[in-house]
Amino acid sequence: MQHSFGRPQVDWFALAPVNALLLAAALALLCAVLVPRPWRKDVSAALCAAGYAVAFGFAVALYVRSAQGHGIVADAIRRDRFAELAGMIVAGSGLVAVGISYRERAREDHVAEYYSLLAAAGGGMAFFVAANNLMTLFLALEWFSLCLYILCAIDRDRLGGLEAALKYLVIGGFGSAVLLFGSALVYGATGALDFPGIAAAGAEHDTLLVFGLAMIIAGFGFKASAAPFHMWTPDVYEGAPTPVTAFMSAATKTVALVVALRVLVTAFPHDADLWTVAIAVIAVFSLVVGNFAALVQKTVKRMLAYSSISHAGFMLIAVAANSALGARALLYYLVPYAATSLGAFAVVAARERELGVPVTYENMAGFGWERPLLGISMWAFMLGFAGFPLTGGFVGKFYVFAAAYRHGWTWLVIVGVLATLVSLYYYLGLVRAMFMRRTEDLQLAPIGGSPPRDALLQTSVFACLVVTVGSFFAVQPLIDLAKHAANSLPF
Amino acid sequence: MTTLLIVLPLAAALIVWILPLNQVSAGSLALLAALAEVGIWIQLLVRYDFAAGGLQFSDRRSWFSDLDVSYHVGVYAFSVWLIGLTVIVMAATIAYAFWAGRERTRAYMGLMLFLTGAIVGVFTAQDLLLFYAFFEAMLIPLYVLVGVWGGPGRMGATLKFVLYTMAGSLLMLAAIVVYGLSENTFDLVKIGQSSSQWIFLGFVAAFAIKAPLFPLHGWLPDAYRESSPEVAAVLSGVVSKAAAYGFLRIAVAKFPEPAHDFRAPILALAAVGLVYGSLLAFRAPDLRGVVAYSSLAQMGLITMGVFAVNDLGLDGSVLQMVNHGFISATLFLLAGMVERRALTGELGRLGGMARGRPALATLLMTTGVIALAVPLSSAFAGEFLILAGVFQRGWGWAVVGALAMVLAAMYVLRLVSAVLHREVGPAVSDAALDLRPAELGVTVPLVACLLALSVWPAAITQHSFRGDHGGADVSAQFK
Repeated sequence: MQHSFGRPQVDWFALAPVNALLLAAALALLCAVLVPRPWRKDVSAALCAAGYAVAFGFAVALYVRSAQGHGIVADAIRRDRFAELAGMIVAGSGLVAVGISYRERAREDHVAEYYSLLAAAGGGMAFFVAANNLMTLFLALEWFSLCLYILCAIDRDRLGGLEAALKYLVIGGFGSAVLLFGSALVYGATGALDFPGIAAAGAEHDTLLVFGLAMIIAGFGFKASAAPFHMWTPDVYEGAPTPVTAFMSAATKTVALVVALRVLVTAFPHDADLWTVAIAVIAVFSLVVGNFAALVQKTVKRMLAYSSISHAGFMLIAVAANSALGARALLYYLVPYAATSLGAFAVVAARERELGVPVTYENMAGFGWERPLLGISMWAFMLGFAGFPLTGGFVGKFYVFAAAYRHGWTWLVIVGVLATLVSLYYYLGLVRAMFMRRTEDLQLAPIGGSPPRDALLQTSVFACLVVTVGSFFAVQPLIDLAKHAANSLPF
Repeated sequence: MTTLLIVLPLAAALIVWILPLNQVSAGSLALLAALAEVGIWIQLLVRYDFAAGGLQFSDRRSWFSDLDVSYHVGVYAFSVWLIGLTVIVMAATIAYAFWAGRERTRAYMGLMLFLTGAIVGVFTAQDLLLFYAFFEAMLIPLYVLVGVWGGPGRMGATLKFVLYTMAGSLLMLAAIVVYGLSENTFDLVKIGQSSSQWIFLGFVAAFAIKAPLFPLHGWLPDAYRESSPEVAAVLSGVVSKAAAYGFLRIAVAKFPEPAHDFRAPILALAAVGLVYGSLLAFRAPDLRGVVAYSSLAQMGLITMGVFAVNDLGLDGSVLQMVNHGFISATLFLLAGMVERRALTGELGRLGGMARGRPALATLLMTTGVIALAVPLSSAFAGEFLILAGVFQRGWGWAVVGALAMVLAAMYVLRLVSAVLHREVGPAVSDAALDLRPAELGVTVPLVACLLALSVWPAAITQHSFRGDHGGADVSAQFK
């Protein structure tokens, strides 16, 4: 290590988003013992939401004031716009996730712990996106993964919850181990832990280094749930409490892809010819597996899980382009994607609370007319996933295809287009179920009374709808944000 | 003004969706917006300088600058006529839907208005990505309109319709990405011509499915039969013209070399579609089937005119687009009115409806006579110009086209006689009244437009391209 063991200069401002979330986590945890039971849920949820809101504010401030990216805390983490934009997406997702979680009936016990873990996971993610060496990278990865493992299992009486958490723990642990082993190989090959140092010391096509690179890519593949590292995704998404699934699908995917791009571009520029092809292959795998498997799903959560695999494929196309345009495409894509994904799971959560059983295509019948706001939002989310105009998903796909074409990979554009075509069947299938079938035609279990009003969840869904549709019209500002963020990376 | 034409129906749609109006006020508001749209179009028509031609009333704002994508809309002389067709047919169909009383009126009317805005957008977009966005945006309301308010087979019909259309559209998206990035702009006015056959085929695939051209018409019979009559009228009357417009505005104007290379196969497919569609129309057992397949035939004819790429063919195809739009919209609406009375569209169970129902008989007869292109009708003018145009590309094409005119006479006369004449069919009861005033109010303006065009077809043929030189205008990419 080239750093002496002196006390490094700490830029507390740059760490503010992480610290805000950690503080929120700590206070929420204290609620579990100090706040009387009737108020516990409100106070801890408010603390968690406040943590995310403050973190969002700090991320914005940091974005504004970090035009020149630089390393801080002995170069262990980066303070740059790339990290802060990702931090904003994570914080926004967390805030929406709190809104979705609030009325979840099953979680009256362990409620303070739940919000504490949710805030802590966000803190880990905010740290993860800023990681600038393999140590901080792994530390942050484990930090937020552990929180998520517990969050998946927190509803102990939920059918499949424990199984999902165990599966996630085992496979996620395996993914982390692969990443760690890859990091060790890279360190062995280069003697450096920080990304620029690896780039400086690494020789082209060094066998050890390439092995390490491959394992790091696999590790990210697990976290981003890209095929062929996706097998945990459907079960975990289905078994976890729906608000947690919503948060995972938006935030975990965001950070995994963003950090993958940062690591690949900053640490492995020599082997770009190898990893671009590898990522493109993984992208194609994800598109094929995700879309075809989603076709035959019966429950909506599993369909959305496979759809998230296919979207990992789309976003990996942008990563594979290895260009500023690709980075812009990825960062832009993430904004509507995160909103769409959160919103879709929120609607599923709402339906779940009404019915008390897993949501399937069958029991979504008539939902669109019964609950117009949620129904129309879900419709918009499905169109957003499918990349229809009037949603940001359309512009996102367009940018991704543009990046692939500029890289000279027209075939990848064709694959993406075909995957989109396949995806229409299951996305529109849900719209069909919601609007075109009549409730009376189907033998449904009686619901019993009107569903409870849930203003927070509806507000969250509406916010997601605004972002999904708004990102179609406000492309320029978002692209400018993404462009400045992408400039932090050495293309 | 162009922007107003697009935004007005979209804004009206939002209002209808959001405000808790009752059935009558939602319907009246929608109809009012549709009529206002017609009013704006008349303003546009009056103020458009046909002597100067070219792009007018254009409005350009950057959408995202790094790939040079913009909100760029404007109107060419020939798009004036297509917009006119759109707004008039949409107003008529909205009025009919209002009168017929569709369930969930607010949703229905909002979707119809949204569709109006999207179609006008397609005809005015001067940016490739914007064009694509509007092209796709048309599909969203249509999907729901067919899927929710359609007949018993609506599920299968919508699925087929969407998968067919999207297969083409997504190929077009790939073509747009490649074309726009290789030319470094997506602006349709600025972008240069390309000689790439693959990009050309990507565009042609989308338009050929939307039109549809033989053999890509698999979605057509189901979609036209299962949707409500006014939606079928919009689908065949207006939406199919978006495809013909795309052939003209993009495929032919931007890809002159590939359009030349692929002329023979495209003309051949169009000719096959023309004859095959006419034969199917002659054999179809129901009213809607006849009109649906005649639509396939007519789109083949229009495509032939466009791909003749000469003054006669282009003028004729623009005229025929407008003609066929009005004809098939009127026929579908009339079919809906007949079905409402007889509760069936099967030709074998209809008949003898002329007796005691003079208005229905007159309107159906007039539209039919124009549809079969008797001399002096506007359809005759359009078809004659198209045939003269393709004749210059080879006499064989013109022979096929002339044959189709004979077939058209056969299926139209069969339709008219099966509904109006012969002995009274089992499905027709004496209780079935003649057309009501509201129904007349919907169909008479459409037929009046056709009669006006029959009197003065030159209104369109001499005011579609600068100085009446379509070929020259198209080769100069409409600048």
